Amino acid sequence: MLDFVMKLDGPIELGLLYALMALGVYITFRILDFPDLTVDGSFTTGAAIAAILITNGVNPWLATLAAFAGGMVAGICTGLLHTKGKINGLLSGIIMMIALYSINMRIMGKPNISLSQEEIIFGSIDPIYIMLVIVIIGKLLLDAFFRTDLGLALRATGDNKRMIRSFGANTDTTTILGLSISNGLVALSGAVVAQQSSFADIGSGIGMIVIGLASVIIGEAVLGTGSVFRTTLAVICGSIIYRIVVAAAYEIPWLEASDLKLITAVIVIIALVVPTINRAMKQRSQARRRSIELLAAQGKSKGGAL
Amino acid sequence: MLEMNHVSKLFNPGTVDEKIALMDVNLHLKPGDFVTVIGSNGAGKSTLMNIISGVMKPDAGEVRIDGTSIGHLPEFRRSRWIGRVFQDPMAGTAPHMTIEENLAMAHRRGQSRGLSIGVTASKRASFRKHLERLGIGLEDRLRAKVGMLSGGERQALSLLMATFTQPQILLLDEHTAALDPARAELITRITDEIVRDMKLTTLMVTHNMEQAIRLGNRLIMMDKGRIILDVDEERKKSLTVEQLLGEFEQISGHKLSDDRLVLG
Ligand SMILES: Nc1ncnc2c1ncn2[C@@H]1O[C@H](COP(=O)(O)OP(=O)(O)OP(=O)(O)O)[C@@H](O)[C@H]1O
Ligand SMILES: [Mg+2]
Repeated sequence: MLDFVMKLDGPIELGLLYALMALGVYITFRILDFPDLTVDGSFTTGAAIAAILITNGVNPWLATLAAFAGGMVAGICTGLLHTKGKINGLLSGIIMMIALYSINMRIMGKPNISLSQEEIIFGSIDPIYIMLVIVIIGKLLLDAFFRTDLGLALRATGDNKRMIRSFGANTDTTTILGLSISNGLVALSGAVVAQQSSFADIGSGIGMIVIGLASVIIGEAVLGTGSVFRTTLAVICGSIIYRIVVAAAYEIPWLEASDLKLITAVIVIIALVVPTINRAMKQRSQARRRSIELLAAQGKSKGGAL
Repeated sequence: MLEMNHVSKLFNPGTVDEKIALMDVNLHLKPGDFVTVIGSNGAGKSTLMNIISGVMKPDAGEVRIDGTSIGHLPEFRRSRWIGRVFQDPMAGTAPHMTIEENLAMAHRRGQSRGLSIGVTASKRASFRKHLERLGIGLEDRLRAKVGMLSGGERQALSLLMATFTQPQILLLDEHTAALDPARAELITRITDEIVRDMKLTTLMVTHNMEQAIRLGNRLIMMDKGRIILDVDEERKKSLTVEQLLGEFEQISGHKLSDDRLVLG
């Protein structure tokens, strides 16, 4: 057990690397109320852009920024498909995810690029510290953005489209903007993960959306969702907790690395089902209490009449 | 101020479900007019509102505000001139955002939205003042989520959000219909105060006959997509509910049927 706690810096570092992706998923799923599946593709896009630029001698920080921009473009495409093309939200994301697979392959030129010989943003400093700074800056910028006029309009787009339209916001624009920021963050996460693990892989984004969702749900369950400030913090913590849970699962001898996706799916299922069951049970016990009350009251009034 | 010329709107044209929602409607409002609108179910009252606000495009005819034709503008661009309150208390506010955030969004009606902070200290002070005038204690709950408010409180907030930026036109579509009688009366009173104070040009659909006569300076009656009666201020003063219903039957040839009808 102590042994396990001593090794927590690994999961925390991973949690921070993937926290950017989780924040992106939070923007689409929670704020925009748009189940965006572009994530699986745009994560790899970020890794691909960063890797190809870095291997061609571009400054790693610039390459990482370029990955962010690439993700934003992917998000804009999904947004255009949905708002201008009138394609269902889920389908828009799936279409972009598939299209991005080919695009990512074109960017990389081969399925796997090694970065072990290259200069990366982490240099000689422990990635955990650099990631802590990047994630905190990202979080605070997001919090600030969601308090601006534009940010408020974006939140209202997910909360009540009809209302914000009646006050003159173009909800197509805010939807596209939200999707682009979200996928920018996801691609950024892909870029830093590739650098930390020293390679970019064409399949690295598969299942990312479920991991992001798991992080959002776990974080919200543990830390609550009072304000945007609180929820973004919760999502980051959720990403870290998820990695700790995964690390703990690895300690179980008969589990294999490939079981990870199944474990993630189970976490998401539990997180989605438990609140529903809780609510149903609460309602039932309330109904029972109430009907006993009503029955008692009725019995009394009858007694009085007699 | 507001001009509608020969406006028509059909739904499902050419099918068995064809509905005439508006038929050659002409309506001219002068600045400061406060017009109440009554009519049976399906008369086209909501369609009239939706065409003015740009939710729907008319099949024929034009809509002008201050002389400029706005027929080609999408809904979000017309909001610069038009304030609205919907029948559904859920429709006019964002439930997961705070009262002050909702007000801040309404405050920027029709302006571009950039990266300046939405709720500043000075705006908060002015929001508080506006909320005080509603007289229902919302000024002390600026940071409460709107989802926590009652239907009546929400409707009062929607009304404030729709009006405090002085829109050229205010559209109210049965905005008290979903409330219990006491709350409906409160919202009606606040509406009357705001509209008169700010001299807003207003169209108010109501199912309450007494209210339709008491409020405003003009009354129009709709049936089957047409305006069948237009009562001016003078006549309105002496009008009674019985006379109004009698007049409706006489012109339309059938009884006024409205499932939410309130005589007064
Ligand atoms: N989106 C739509 N699709 C098809 N028909 C519609 C649509 N909206 C309205 N209609 C029809 O157009 C006619 C006018 O409807 P409208 O909602 O304007 O009436 P209303 O006067 O507001 O009625 P109510 O008093 O019930 O609110 C009705 O016959 C209605 O069935
Ligand atoms: Mg209606």
